[in-house]
Amino acid sequence: MAAVEIPRDEQAFLEYVQAGGQVETTDWLPDDYRAKLIKFIEMHGNSELMGVLPEREWILRAPTLQRKLALTAKVQDEVGHAQLIYRVVEDLGKPREQCLADLVDGKAKFHNVFHYPTKTWGDVGVIAWLVDAAAIISQKALLKCSYAPYARIMKKICWEESFHILHGRDVILAMVTGTPEQFELVQEAVNRWWGPLMQFHGNPIPPDEDPMYLWRIKSQGNGEARQQFLDGYVPQIWELGLTVPDPKLRKRDDGEWEFSEPDWDELKHVVTGHGPKTEERLALRRRFLEQEQWVRDAVLAA
Amino acid sequence: MGAGRGPRSVNELPVWEVFRKEKRGSAFEHAGSVVAPDADFAEAWAREQYGRRGESVALWLVPRDAIRDVEDWADEFGLKYRRVDGYSIKARLKEARERAGTAGPG
Amino acid sequence: MSEQALLGLADDELVLGWRDSEWTGIAPLLEEDVAFSSIAQNEIGHARAVYELLAGADGDADALAFDRKPEEYRCAPLVELHLLEWAHTIARRWLYEVADEIRITVLKDDSDPAVAGLAAKIDREEAYHRMHAEMWHDRLRDEPRFQAAAEELWPYALGVLPAELRGELVSRVGLAEVDAIDRGTHTDELAPLWEEMTIVRRSAPAGAQW
Repeated sequence: MAAVEIPRDEQAFLEYVQAGGQVETTDWLPDDYRAKLIKFIEMHGNSELMGVLPEREWILRAPTLQRKLALTAKVQDEVGHAQLIYRVVEDLGKPREQCLADLVDGKAKFHNVFHYPTKTWGDVGVIAWLVDAAAIISQKALLKCSYAPYARIMKKICWEESFHILHGRDVILAMVTGTPEQFELVQEAVNRWWGPLMQFHGNPIPPDEDPMYLWRIKSQGNGEARQQFLDGYVPQIWELGLTVPDPKLRKRDDGEWEFSEPDWDELKHVVTGHGPKTEERLALRRRFLEQEQWVRDAVLAA
Repeated sequence: MGAGRGPRSVNELPVWEVFRKEKRGSAFEHAGSVVAPDADFAEAWAREQYGRRGESVALWLVPRDAIRDVEDWADEFGLKYRRVDGYSIKARLKEARERAGTAGPG
Repeated sequence: MSEQALLGLADDELVLGWRDSEWTGIAPLLEEDVAFSSIAQNEIGHARAVYELLAGADGDADALAFDRKPEEYRCAPLVELHLLEWAHTIARRWLYEVADEIRITVLKDDSDPAVAGLAAKIDREEAYHRMHAEMWHDRLRDEPRFQAAAEELWPYALGVLPAELRGELVSRVGLAEVDAIDRGTHTDELAPLWEEMTIVRRSAPAGAQW
């Protein structure tokens, strides 16, 4: 049986991926596809790595041994995901050191949520429960990515993320059934994170104007992802007696959620490197990259 | 230990392909890859990346350079007699049953 | 082994695990970051197991781990040091693993079967920690940074073990014996560590659920 021939023509390639076809590292890839792919996957890797920083301080402050272990394991997974993702980028031709250099120089992007501060243990719960949930929705849509090596690592990533949400929900449940002060910590964290959460999936570009969707790198539009998030998680928030800080939030009879327009200016401002914690976190990364360069140079040499 | 080592960028570290066996009786499946300077580091790192949750009973680590890719075959003459889809017995079976009087309804 | 000594072991593993988890996300290589985090988790797991043993069936391991005052902890000064630099971190890991192996070997013969059994379990996990430490030691042993760090931490490493076991440590590590910085006093790094470690827990009344 003859192997499937990947058409060496951009239009035919487009039709091939839109019909569900997948490609591997050694296949012919249109230049635009390769460039968009690298940028998308690199941003994902950067996000996993930067996502570690808001959470790592709380490992040190975890109030029980169990929570310390669970949070360490969760954050470890994120580093592991960064490793998986950067390997995919490396095999596409961009070295890891270049990705990290671009990241700390502010030349590469990472998701909005990781530019914000964490203030209390309530944030630890909300991040694991809601921010990870928003991320998993995007990640599930990548399971069908036209670029097969990326689709394959998404399987491992989604499998590992499944405990994160459960851990997050467990942390939240302990607090909302604890003291009134603990309940307040959760509500306050939800209030602070709601804006960034609603911006997380990005501007509602129609899928057929979204190059990532056209190339089937993503299999879902931004608006659809947001609707899935609301449908899955607003009921979970409300059933605990927590409120969402959006008076317009409601589910219509036709099943669509209505909500106040997210602040797209804030999103743009933040992801272009102007978030409240962007500079501090990139500086921490830069400091350790430089400080431990000797380890990579001298020690990992042949 | 120091002799024979030249400076090398982390970008040039060998890639080690990781194959994992999920449970006894399963085949090894390709799971991913790690970069590492030697087999000991590759093992230490692959153990954690592909087994920290007890999800693998065994790993194979293979330097990428050791793998030979095989991806093309010639099948110009469609030698289908070697495969199940090369046979179509329905019509003749029907005729044989009719002759033997054993053909059922329909 | 006495309860005090067991508490010392648990406190060593808790505080070292705490220090090692400071590398999460910022280790020299991503692959190492993941591996190092597993070591930190194992250490905390060991601490938890020993606290549970000491607290007994009706006791609270978390209370034992977190609700004492800093001066009541029995950890060795070595593990308290804030060493967010790789040569020092590996030097500490390596020295600690050698010392710990000596300690655990004695514990595996403890007259209390629960203690001996726990020591055997810990030892089986520590085998991987030792492999990891040896691997890095092998790569770093000629680095001046590493040699300086090992010499700097050596008096602290000796303090991990009681006097009668130090000779064994000296012969395995290959450095000349010096005065040990003994267990029993604390560095001034412990108090700020304890502050941060317990800040969330202390924000709610004792016995609050988390």
